[in-house]
Amino acid sequence: MYSYPNIEKQQTENITSPLSTPHLQIKNLNVYIDEKHILKNINLEIPNNSITSIIGPSGCGKTTLLKTLNRLLDDSKNIQITGSVLVNGEDIYAKNAEVTHIRKKMGLLSQRPFPLPMSIFDNIAYGPRIHGEHNKKILNQIVENQLKNVGLWEEVKDRLHHYASQLSIGQQQRLCLARGLAVNPEIILGDESTSALDPISTQTIENLLVDLKKDYTIILVTHILRQARRVSDYIAFIYNGEILEFGKTEEVLLHPRNEITQQYVKGFIS
Amino acid sequence: MTNNINSRLRKEKIAKVIMQIAGFCIIGSLFLIVGIILYKGVPYLSWDMITETPKGGFYIGKSGGILNAILGSLYLASAATLLAIIIGIPISIYLNLYIKSDSIISRSAKLMFDVLYGIPSIVYGAIAFSIMIWLGIRASLLGGILTITLLTIPIVVRTVDELIKTIPEDLKNVTKSLGATRWESSLILLKYIKTGLFTAMLLAFGRAIGDVAGVLLTTGFSDNIPKYLDEPAATLPLAIFFQLSSPIPEVQGRAYASALILTCIILIIVICTHILTSKNNKQKI
Repeated sequence: MYSYPNIEKQQTENITSPLSTPHLQIKNLNVYIDEKHILKNINLEIPNNSITSIIGPSGCGKTTLLKTLNRLLDDSKNIQITGSVLVNGEDIYAKNAEVTHIRKKMGLLSQRPFPLPMSIFDNIAYGPRIHGEHNKKILNQIVENQLKNVGLWEEVKDRLHHYASQLSIGQQQRLCLARGLAVNPEIILGDESTSALDPISTQTIENLLVDLKKDYTIILVTHILRQARRVSDYIAFIYNGEILEFGKTEEVLLHPRNEITQQYVKGFIS
Repeated sequence: MTNNINSRLRKEKIAKVIMQIAGFCIIGSLFLIVGIILYKGVPYLSWDMITETPKGGFYIGKSGGILNAILGSLYLASAATLLAIIIGIPISIYLNLYIKSDSIISRSAKLMFDVLYGIPSIVYGAIAFSIMIWLGIRASLLGGILTITLLTIPIVVRTVDELIKTIPEDLKNVTKSLGATRWESSLILLKYIKTGLFTAMLLAFGRAIGDVAGVLLTTGFSDNIPKYLDEPAATLPLAIFFQLSSPIPEVQGRAYASALILTCIILIIVICTHILTSKNNKQKI
């Protein structure tokens, strides 16, 4: 059965405070696409080893914000980005910042699973291989560990060399998570990562993310309030390109300070 | 309300009829062409046609075959397609994945390739011929290969360009987020559009093997099978052209037999491509 944990019982006391050297800091970030001001002066400090959900109505800039964090918007048309995003204090938008190195630090889990056009084994081994790992024994170990990490090992251990597309959508999404983890990222970015999944697969992914937060800083974009409630420790509410509220999950959802956040939480805005 | 539905159904029927007529016209023309080639060519088709080179007086009805033209066409089309793929794919990757696809360079280059795509092959032949005269190179297989390569590069570039547009943005982001360089990313994306690349190859090969005007001035014509790149070579379309210009019925019949051979070669290539494509489609992500 699908269970909805009570948000009042969520354990957030032990989570690192947003004020203690955050892994990821966003400072005065502005994004313009086709001269339209999409993200307006975003300032955010993402707490370490926790799950932060970015919520907000459709078209408010959630995904744009997520994509600016690992510079996935660099090749977009007519885009202008100002401000800075600091990862461990290093500005990823600095002129001399090395973009492939920055992206490696952040695993991305997209809306729909996109396995690479290769086998299950090669999907996981792809990242380590491009970063120079060619030792077969080590690669075998990485693949096994990461598949175990996402609870997929038992299901696929006898068909590692089958095409990844032969897996179910839920399995593919777990494979994509394992593939991202195989390059040892520090941060996991999830862009509505369960929107294409059935409730059981959604629950599996959510549980995995909750397990993984002890080792990673996780940022999720979601439009499902219940999901944000189930998994997040912190919530950032974006409206019309601005962050209107940021705080612990129960504070934002139960006692929102901003009137628009209140309306969104109550379902008057969607 | 009823009138509205009737009018919409009428439009639906008219559209369907137009599509069916267009389809029948195309299929009918194909059958007509193949039928004429078979009817006029089969009586003149012989084992000697495909296994022997022209003997003295072949073009006035004496014995021999067109092996020189078959091999000349295969050499020329295969080499030109290979070169066009080797040059065209990196161009397309650069224009779409290395620089912003809406940048002035990318848009101007794509416009230029569209123009090149539309230039008649005789223009390519004439320009290549002028350059060859200037360099003191005689008509040869190499001249033909280079000319046809130039002719087919725009086909490859524009086809791959369209294929790259079909790649989901999220898949591009996946490789980037794993820390792949643009080149590593491009290799994965090429794998994703592998099936389409076979189609690009097929289109380039079809254009290369069927071209007459481009090779007329640059490849020359020879009764011998070319052993080296600097030798002139016969091609099937030119062999058909020369035989068809003859007033001798025997030679004209052989022209249709040659056309039948050319059609069969293209058919074999198409079937092979389809087999490869369907095999890859089964594996596609």
